Amino acid sequence: MTTRTHAPTDALDEAADRAFRLSVPALLGCTALLLLAILASATQGAAGLPVEGVVRALVGALPGVELTQTLSTAQEAVLWQIRLPRTILAALVGASLAMAGAGYQGVFRNPLADPYLLGVSAGAGLGAVLALGFGLDLAWGPIAALPMAAFVGAVLAVAGSVLVARGSFRDPATLLLAGVAMAALFSATQTYALTRLDETRAREVLSWLFGRLATHGWGPVTLLLPYVLLAGAVLWLHARHLDVLRLGDDEARSLGLSPARSRLVVVAAATLITAAAVSVSGLIAFVGLVTPHLVRLLVGHSYRLIVPLSAILGGAFLATVDIGARTLVAPAELPVGVITAFVGAPFFCVVLWRRKADS
Amino acid sequence: MSTQRLHPAHALRTRDVRVSFAGTEVVAGVDLDLRAGEWLGLIGPNGSGKSTFLRSLVRLVPRTGTVERGDGTPPGPTDLSLMPQSPELPPGMPVVEYVLLGRTAHLGWLSMESRTDRRIATDVLRRLGLASFAGRPVRSLSGGEAQRVVIARALVQQSPVLLLDEPTSALDVGHQVEVLELVDELRREDGLTVVAAMHDLGMAARYADRLLLLERGAPVALGTPDDVLEDSLLSRVYHHPVRVHRLDGHLVVLPQARAPHTPVSAPIPLPDRANPPPHARSGHRDLGDGSQKPTSRRRGPAGPHEEVS
Repeated sequence: MTTRTHAPTDALDEAADRAFRLSVPALLGCTALLLLAILASATQGAAGLPVEGVVRALVGALPGVELTQTLSTAQEAVLWQIRLPRTILAALVGASLAMAGAGYQGVFRNPLADPYLLGVSAGAGLGAVLALGFGLDLAWGPIAALPMAAFVGAVLAVAGSVLVARGSFRDPATLLLAGVAMAALFSATQTYALTRLDETRAREVLSWLFGRLATHGWGPVTLLLPYVLLAGAVLWLHARHLDVLRLGDDEARSLGLSPARSRLVVVAAATLITAAAVSVSGLIAFVGLVTPHLVRLLVGHSYRLIVPLSAILGGAFLATVDIGARTLVAPAELPVGVITAFVGAPFFCVVLWRRKADS
Repeated sequence: MSTQRLHPAHALRTRDVRVSFAGTEVVAGVDLDLRAGEWLGLIGPNGSGKSTFLRSLVRLVPRTGTVERGDGTPPGPTDLSLMPQSPELPPGMPVVEYVLLGRTAHLGWLSMESRTDRRIATDVLRRLGLASFAGRPVRSLSGGEAQRVVIARALVQQSPVLLLDEPTSALDVGHQVEVLELVDELRREDGLTVVAAMHDLGMAARYADRLLLLERGAPVALGTPDDVLEDSLLSRVYHHPVRVHRLDGHLVVLPQARAPHTPVSAPIPLPDRANPPPHARSGHRDLGDGSQKPTSRRRGPAGPHEEVS
């Protein structure tokens, strides 16, 4: 064969070793960003906390580390009971939405997909309206009525979409259209229900719809954490399936993958994680759409890199943005969803503009 | 790389393979005993079911009938690799990752490529002369390069039977021969069995040991190129008169023109860019017979000519 050429062996082997692998600098960089965001969020607020004291408290809390603490008892209480739960919750919600967004984008082979595509938002919204406004009590053990109702609504809406599409995970376009129809139906019901509410309750529902992070202790964090770990692991293990799906269903199948089954698993995991996040935080826009795009700009198109890095960067993004939500109009609070949209939308526009200019 | 398995005498056996789309039978009962190490060429006009037959073997389309390996068990993705007619080349995916995706059926439940998987990929890339392409996005490759990369992905599947769907339809003659000779070399060195749907009958005759001629999904001839490429049979199946010639030891299939082609009698001068004729700038052209045609591709004065459709 005349075309045979021998390039330097090392370069090819290195390229093969790097393929689909997270590079250490990218991982460290993103983790550092997340830690910085958590630190910033933990120190900023109505009562500012000294950075050094917070670092000492956080590092000292690690098992086996002894440090002299410099925070006052009151400051300690603010840090552990108010600031940190909220910061961690923000990071977890951001991570959930970003991972789910990456999952949906992979399933639908469409970069415009976001976690609310199959009706999660409308379903959760309807659940919230029913719980807040009409006293529908789905409380279950320690879980309050509202998150439970929102979670159930979200899962029901997606299940409805899947049912309408007759479980056609072979044909994502049908599933997508079913999602649109189901979202419209749930939204209409929700809007109708809103008009039957009195003003105070309606206002409360609306502020929930725009996304707000709960501020009472560690409850929501412990609620969300299992989902993040479990669904996150499932998504990460299926990231390679999403890479294969980029070749199209036929080629994926001839390579030995079952596209329908992979889609089902990823949609289920992404839906659960989104529903869990929405149930404790309301509808926070744009994190799930923008974060995977940002990661693609950094490390390329493989979902094995996009899923974990989206989780880290999504967490960092929401923790940072939440500082603004708490401080911009203090002592009042802005719905964090408003800020994510305010920051995310222009950023997304710039990304799209530049991408168009590149091509 | 070697496929490291002993091939039974029959690499693949099909019995009464049928495929129907909306009540129309597209593949109408194909019985085939594929010998290990042979190259079988699938020929037939457009719509004769060549692609569909190949796709049915890897269950991309629902089929009836049996397909089994030499030992009587059904084949899986590690037994058959299909090289699609127009492979999807995802944006931003480097060659080495694209080729590694060929290992999908070999991975464990964690779906992680092992050191062995990576070594198999680098071996194949080196062997196909693609080592220096490893980091290039697949979208940035030329047609011939991309085709070699797709072959590389099929090879890392390490299946003994390679199904090629029109492997050279998008390539110029030089690259056609390059790709086909590469496949032939791999067949001889690794003992691969090749089933290739091909449009170019001359190329099919040159590389295939046997040809299977399909007509509306049904096999009408199976045998050596000399047996199958026969004037009257091809003329009937292709609905067009053809003549088979032997030239330098190769079979050449020449379609006869239905109507004799009459070239324009007067030589056509190239346009003179320095001194364009006065009418060249207008969108219309005077054809000399007084009629105005808005678009004519002919340059220069039109001589007397017959309309050749």
